[in-house]
Amino acid sequence: MKFLSEYRDPEVAAQYLKLIKKTVTRPWTIMEVCGGQTHSLVKNGILDMLPPEITMVHGPGCPVCVTPVELIDQAVWLAEEKGVILCSFGDMLRVPGSHKSLLEAKAQGADVRILYSPLEAVRLAQTHPDREVVFFAVGFETTAPANALSVVHAKRLGLKNYSILTSHVLVPPAIEAIMEDEQTRVNGFLAAGHVCTIMGTMEYYPLAERFRVPIVVTGFEPVDLLQGILMTVQQLEKGEARVEVQYSRMVREEGNPRAQELLFEVFEVTDRWWRGIELIPMSGFRLKEAYAPWDATRKFDMPPGEAKEEETCISGDIMKGIKKPHECPNFGTRCTPERPLGAPMVSSEGACAAYYHFSNLAKQLAQ
Amino acid sequence: MSMQKKKAIRLECPMPRLDFDTITLGHGSGGLLTNRLLDKLVFELLGNKQLNTRHDGATLQLDGPIAFTTDSFVVSPIFFPGGNIGELAINGTINDLAMCGAQPHSLSLSLILEEGLPITELWEVLQAIQRACQQADVHIVTGDTKVVERGKGDKIFINTTGIGRIHPQARIGTQYIEAGDAIIVSGQVATHGIAIMSLREGLEFETTIESDTRPLHEPVSQLLDTFGADIHLLRDPTRGGLATVLNEVARDSGWGIALQQSAIPLDEQVEGACEMLGLDPLYVANEGIFVAFAKKDIAQQAVELLRTHPYTAHAAVIGQVVEAHAKQVVLRSRIGGTRVVNMLTGEQLPRIC
Repeated sequence: MKFLSEYRDPEVAAQYLKLIKKTVTRPWTIMEVCGGQTHSLVKNGILDMLPPEITMVHGPGCPVCVTPVELIDQAVWLAEEKGVILCSFGDMLRVPGSHKSLLEAKAQGADVRILYSPLEAVRLAQTHPDREVVFFAVGFETTAPANALSVVHAKRLGLKNYSILTSHVLVPPAIEAIMEDEQTRVNGFLAAGHVCTIMGTMEYYPLAERFRVPIVVTGFEPVDLLQGILMTVQQLEKGEARVEVQYSRMVREEGNPRAQELLFEVFEVTDRWWRGIELIPMSGFRLKEAYAPWDATRKFDMPPGEAKEEETCISGDIMKGIKKPHECPNFGTRCTPERPLGAPMVSSEGACAAYYHFSNLAKQLAQ
Repeated sequence: MSMQKKKAIRLECPMPRLDFDTITLGHGSGGLLTNRLLDKLVFELLGNKQLNTRHDGATLQLDGPIAFTTDSFVVSPIFFPGGNIGELAINGTINDLAMCGAQPHSLSLSLILEEGLPITELWEVLQAIQRACQQADVHIVTGDTKVVERGKGDKIFINTTGIGRIHPQARIGTQYIEAGDAIIVSGQVATHGIAIMSLREGLEFETTIESDTRPLHEPVSQLLDTFGADIHLLRDPTRGGLATVLNEVARDSGWGIALQQSAIPLDEQVEGACEMLGLDPLYVANEGIFVAFAKKDIAQQAVELLRTHPYTAHAAVIGQVVEAHAKQVVLRSRIGGTRVVNMLTGEQLPRIC
């Protein structure tokens, strides 16, 4: 497939691997920020092909994983108690809430629908004028523009029965939180290519400088990842800490100005809780006052959540790169995709799910 | 995609004139309305000597070992690119028989209709059933029709049960698998699932991906005629996809399975759709393909034989049975890395970004 097969070429991959092996002289820990990158690394078997000096740790870039448990409880409440049509990306459905997941609520009769785009939810609101339609708008900077667009559309169409339950989060504050954690062992970052396609790279310069870490904006295919790792290792070996772009076929320094314009028309930056991590100041989006009528949290009188978390889940340490999935005592035993204790085990971008589905560890542990 | 399945001209019987245009509860009462429905539609299209006796069951005369299978079909939507629930119900059961090494002999057909189903849609489904039966030279010998209240079904559910004679040379079962066996897949994977998926949520791609629903007993019969007991196992990777079936075989046989990702036949459009939807083609449902475990020495010949049949033209060896990693399926990725391929957990849910 054009624009894909060339980034999965085994010969090119082998050349990059050879270069990485030639360049590396001491141990380095590199964090790939995005869950899509984690899955590609594991799915393509790259982790086992890298030289032993390089340790990849897996970052917080799984939107489903960092969505606070209260939000899931609220989504379940809206679907069950308020009779809304609750629309969500498929990923979100299996993530455990305090009492149940959206998938369980759906099985018990709630109207929960899997959509691929928030614009489909706007269409649902148009065709169901007698029902409230709520879109569960989670994600990083990548999914935010489409969610913003849905609100703009709803406003333009005068739709009063559409709103979004939003939990948008941002990458740069998360990188800051990780580097400020004294337990961190991260020497360099592969930043998320798609996030930077929207936002550009400017926000990363101060981070690279302040924490003295190389940040390489990287794509998602095997060759992208290997090249990104090579670029990071080259900087580390030379003692450099710059922002570089590997994913140059998509990412411009200024990002996508049209998308950003839309974002800041609709959203403003706010503090956000990250599930399993902590409250990170100015780390997410909420709807601006002008768009309050389309904000589900302001529209519905949400009950105070109890937000019960499974205490033994170490998802925070995993998403900060302090621990790896198989270092969790529950991995593959008490915690599996069928009976998850935490979100990283269910989401298709969660690090635990990646290890469970694609690596040999899960089965070895289970036996 | 579903090459040569559709003929350029399709002769369709005009629908008989009826004094009702939707299914009502009365059509399931067993009384006059039921009889009218059966006469005008079902017997008109599917009638044969056995069925026309209208007895409570069929009496059959079969010699030798037989295979017996049943399957229910609840696909939604009932019409999709490349077919409808009717041919799916016939081909599905024919293929289950074929995987036992059997040639289909007779089928039963149970229809569960939802009140309000337009008769034109039922007619179209029955025509597809007729075509599929004719194509496979198999008869419906007994059946049943029930109607459920609106909202208690989803237009139409179909159950088919099939019976067939087992090929005299067939020795099929996980116990016959041995290390070194080649794993052959008879065609491109994930086609049916993506055809349905692209329709279900109103996703539109620039080109239409058609379901590959088709009967597979002919190519299977040719395989068994030529290679007999050297074909050790046949499976159709329907729900759960290729990954799930291979995991079942690994678990049940105790052997390891090694796959080569680059060898797995996959249509470019289907691959593109999987990329966009965030689905792994190994877990997407199939209808028109099977997996064969064949003795190593004859594998290449078997593939060449399959490639001469239009329904299995994309057959390929995709992996081997190995002694290492017992009970596990391990895939060698395109770039040369390896990973374990697990069974599908729950439903495959599309990803976020």
